[in-house]
Amino acid sequence: MSDPAYLSLEQLTLAYGDTVAVDRLDLSIAQGELIALLGPSGCGKTTTMRAIAGLLSPSSGRIRLDGRDITRVGANKRAVGLVFQSYALFPHLTVFENVAFGLRLKGLRGQDLESRVRSGLESVGLSSFSGRKPAELSGGQQQRVALARSMVMEPKVLLLDEPLSNLDARLRLEMRTELQRVQKETGVTMIFVTHDQGEALALADRIVVMLNGGVEQIGTPEEIYNQPGSRFVADFVGFENIFRLDDGKLITEAGPIAIEGTPPDGATGLAWRPAMVELDRGPFEGSVRGVSFAGGTREYLLDTPLGPIKAEADAGLPVHDLGARLRFALPVERAAPLARFG
Amino acid sequence: MTSSLTRSVVLALLLLFLVGPFIVIIAASFSGGDTLAFPPQGFSLQWVVKVFMVQSFRSSFALSMFLAVFATFAALVLGIPASYALARYRIPFGETVRTVVSSPIIVPGIIVGLALLRYLVVPFRIDVILALFLAHTALVLPYAVRVVSASLDNLRSDIEEAAVLLGSSRLGAFFRVVMPNIRGGILAAFILGFVTSFNQVPVSLFLSGPGVQTLPIDMLGYMERTYDPSVAALSSLLAFMSIGIVFLAERFIGFSRYV
Repeated sequence: MSDPAYLSLEQLTLAYGDTVAVDRLDLSIAQGELIALLGPSGCGKTTTMRAIAGLLSPSSGRIRLDGRDITRVGANKRAVGLVFQSYALFPHLTVFENVAFGLRLKGLRGQDLESRVRSGLESVGLSSFSGRKPAELSGGQQQRVALARSMVMEPKVLLLDEPLSNLDARLRLEMRTELQRVQKETGVTMIFVTHDQGEALALADRIVVMLNGGVEQIGTPEEIYNQPGSRFVADFVGFENIFRLDDGKLITEAGPIAIEGTPPDGATGLAWRPAMVELDRGPFEGSVRGVSFAGGTREYLLDTPLGPIKAEADAGLPVHDLGARLRFALPVERAAPLARFG
Repeated sequence: MTSSLTRSVVLALLLLFLVGPFIVIIAASFSGGDTLAFPPQGFSLQWVVKVFMVQSFRSSFALSMFLAVFATFAALVLGIPASYALARYRIPFGETVRTVVSSPIIVPGIIVGLALLRYLVVPFRIDVILALFLAHTALVLPYAVRVVSASLDNLRSDIEEAAVLLGSSRLGAFFRVVMPNIRGGILAAFILGFVTSFNQVPVSLFLSGPGVQTLPIDMLGYMERTYDPSVAALSSLLAFMSIGIVFLAERFIGFSRYV
């Protein structure tokens, strides 16, 4: 993390016709960081990634990498690697030749080539598969070949497009560990794109939450998870009870409602996860509309004067029937204050 | 029981309808008599031998071969980039381009032949062989574009981007990762184009000149002059050549997947 701006995007804008996919985006990434670009589809995260790779040309703005302006440098000369969501292995080439592809273009031959490819395959645990064709590999193995194919090029930045979304749950954990290990061992700067907040929280050093072509919030996984900066981010990371705040009162379906305690200065909204709602005591009352069992906890959907509220209780406690009236509290000191309510 | 019997009968009739004429021609090729007749009178190889003796057959066969090979090659040289552009880029009037390229399949050959003769060959005094070459290229182009396009549609475009990110140029990516993966389609297009050109009658009929004829035209002319079984013998030989090509193509590239 020596240079604070190893890769920087300055006022990056990409437009197709009238649609602006990325709008004056500023982002600065340190060397060796593992960054997640997180957001719903259409937020501009994939476009941003493709612009960094050089597959899309920005309408305006600049991209700097390792002290050099690469905005107009061709995708084949940027030293940026990309692991595609579909892996994009060359179907006609063996695993060995897939990994050797870029090295051959660099002019490597014979022993040099052989040993670089071998060690690349070894590092992803696929040495014994070098003679196979991609079609003869499982999805997880194909992805590791794609990873090795990019990593043997020793890229300055490695981009990964939805790296875990095509894998089943067990492989996902394996791949996550694999990516963290590769990142630790090589120190390569990694940026991955995902729409899955769980992936981003588990894998990234820093998360860039994107919305409508711009940055909504940047922070560590803990910051994003615990201190969402806006209503959108709060909603995205699982705060289910979100209210606008006006003059110290919650704005609800039934009009402004006063709450106990003082919200922090500058908060325009308050958000509670279901687990933050206290049940069986407090100033409000609601009736149970739905109950669902979630292993260690039970989730309740309550109809209340504030609107629908989602709450959570220990599954060991006796279950409340549908229609039962429950008291609950929204403790201000536990709520996440939202700086923006956009 | 009854329905399966009916089905067998229908199938047998269908096969007879398809293969029957072929059997007649083969039988007639080995006839001992000297007119084209079925059932053949006696057995001999004389007509098969005669095919190789007729000078005009040899030269028209050579011309047909030349046309089939070079016109198909030219059609692929034009058709592969055209298919690529149609498959990968959003081209203004792309659908129109596709339709125009396919039009030689839709427009009757006799009209194409007449039009080419009237508006290309006559006013510009184009050499007969060049005219035939151009016409055959245009006729084969739709097949080339259609078969190659089908191959390209099945090929993910992100492998080209992957190649570029590994240091290849765009053009290099086309030759390194696109061409090898559509090889089967290109070969299938070549065979289809070759057969189409080789068997072409109506357009060639208009464009053939004195002494310069493709094989099918030569055979038509021969039959008008001499009604002996050598045309049948030649037809059998050509049919076996086509069967051989398609058999090998099926064996090595799975031809039927592409057509």
